[in-house]
Amino acid sequence: MANLVEIRDLRVAFDGVAVLHGIGLEVAPGEALGLVGESGCGKSVTWLAALGLLPSKASIDGSVRLQGQELCNAPRSRLERVRGGRIAMIFQDPASALNPVIRVGRQLCEALRLHRGLTGAAGRAEALRLMDMVGIPDARGRFGLYPHEFSGGQCQRLMIAMALAGEPELLIADEPTTALDATIQAQILDLLARLRAETGMAVVFISHDLGAVAQVCDRVCVMYAGRIVEQGSVAQLFGHPRHPYTRGLFDAIPRLYGPRGALVPISGTVPDPRHPPPGCAFAPRCAHAHGFCATQVPRLLPQRDGRHLACAFPLPERDPQRDYEDALT
Amino acid sequence: MSALIEAEDLVRVYATRQGLFGRAVPVRAVDGVSLRVARGETLGIVGESGSGKSTLGRMLLGVDPAQGGVVRFDGAPLPDKGTPAWRALRARLQMVYQDPLAALDRRLPIARQIREPLDIHARGDDAARRARVAELMQSVGLRADQAGRYPHELSGGQRQRVVIARALACAPELLVCDEPVSALDVSIQAQVVNLLRGLRGENGLAMVFISHDLKVVRNLCDRVAVMYLGRIVEEGPVERLFAAPRHPYTRALISSVPDPGQPLKGRIILQGEPPNPAKRPPGCAFYPRCPQASGICRAELPQMRATGQGCRAACHHLDGADPVPQAA
Repeated sequence: MANLVEIRDLRVAFDGVAVLHGIGLEVAPGEALGLVGESGCGKSVTWLAALGLLPSKASIDGSVRLQGQELCNAPRSRLERVRGGRIAMIFQDPASALNPVIRVGRQLCEALRLHRGLTGAAGRAEALRLMDMVGIPDARGRFGLYPHEFSGGQCQRLMIAMALAGEPELLIADEPTTALDATIQAQILDLLARLRAETGMAVVFISHDLGAVAQVCDRVCVMYAGRIVEQGSVAQLFGHPRHPYTRGLFDAIPRLYGPRGALVPISGTVPDPRHPPPGCAFAPRCAHAHGFCATQVPRLLPQRDGRHLACAFPLPERDPQRDYEDALT
Repeated sequence: MSALIEAEDLVRVYATRQGLFGRAVPVRAVDGVSLRVARGETLGIVGESGSGKSTLGRMLLGVDPAQGGVVRFDGAPLPDKGTPAWRALRARLQMVYQDPLAALDRRLPIARQIREPLDIHARGDDAARRARVAELMQSVGLRADQAGRYPHELSGGQRQRVVIARALACAPELLVCDEPVSALDVSIQAQVVNLLRGLRGENGLAMVFISHDLKVVRNLCDRVAVMYLGRIVEEGPVERLFAAPRHPYTRALISSVPDPGQPLKGRIILQGEPPNPAKRPPGCAFYPRCPQASGICRAELPQMRATGQGCRAACHHLDGADPVPQAA
């Protein structure tokens, strides 16, 4: 199947400081892709750059194709037909993404008018349908309320409704549940999974929460310091991470079950993008690093099991014989 | 075991205005909370935003005065805020906040800030203070050459270490940590959690650890109290409470934590959202969202009852639980 979005060698620099070092990504129609990594690793910048939403001081190189149509550094008119229409994006803080002085119903109708040309009663009916669809109780009665009269979780639902207004083929959700409480976060994750099943749109889920990503996504990319370091299916990566950084992320999370021992942190901190290490960006924090890692940047290469990996000394592959024995016991 | 700090029936009411010219509406942020922390014990307080957990933390230190109930530290009621006796006591009661950059002075090098409590409480002479600062920096994992750095030159995890070192300067007996790792990335969060793990029980240091992150609380705490809309709804030893939660809210809260490798199916997804604290429903505050709610939940406030193995819960639908008197 042809990919919906193909990103090739995307590079971004702010004032000459490179923050993305050549990202390659594909999103298939209807697929749910997770992008994980710690703050500053470039997961949001990748999509802001792809949609031309970065400030003008950012220099962007590479190619972002939406079914053959080039978006990278494309003219504004072409981007505006895509943004909100074919690709929609929702952000971490819904309250600041809504206009505080306009009633939510009008904001929804505006999105419907811009992207689908619906006006008057038709627009209003569709807005109410969307509010129902994202689970706003009593949509009719709350159509004329202002954003501050909704809670954080409901504002995020409204944002999702606005994103759905253009019937997008791809929804980019940038940390959509980070600012929400645990029980509300569960509701929003459930909503995203349900909407994807109902509408068939693809979802890119950007998050630092590995648990949330595992629940929504089919495939995951792990990013570190502006590069993809490991990419594969949720089962592959979560079942048997091979990049030491992916493994480190898992080990650092306290568990909800099992013994309660000291955690295994990743030593040190993320490198300063102004002074990147000469070789693998993770080498200074990596227990597996050898001489090679300090001088050469490992390339992202396909592995036998289908995943992609950028590491010279990865954790060993899973032994099929042992898997077979495990399955027997 | 004697309690280091004991709170009885704490109440804190804020007045909030609805709209610019609206009438002030009382909001009971903390509504009759009783708890005790023994020397060397770590108590976790979990709950969603607006549950009153941060207000409770500040009340334990006397920063937010209680409008009802009493806090006893080491057997004696907490002196009034701002009095010399309270100031002197603050050396024994310290707080660590969520945002280290806001808690630190941007214009002072970090060693000066770690030293400040020693100056305020006049501990030792100049040489002793300098030695204590070096000792503290080492114990929280800061290098000696970082002493002259300013907060903006450090990473988030390092800043939080500075805040912790400063809180530990006067060798407090109780540390109240309000979301100390929430703003940190996973790999750095683990470093700070391990640092706090190391402090636990050291010289009898007791901790109140306020967090919405159940995984961190389970890893770090001995006991945990679950708050909903200003009240404790369930409390008990951490392993027991996480393994067999009895209150429907605790069950939903634990079930909502995404664990890598656990699929979305089978999780309890609550309907609705926490009610506005200014419009607290009568009876059990959780009933509008509770899958087990019945007539009695609307009418009557459930009392805390023992549920076995040191756990207590406040719910009308705890089968087999015995009613016990509220007093600890």
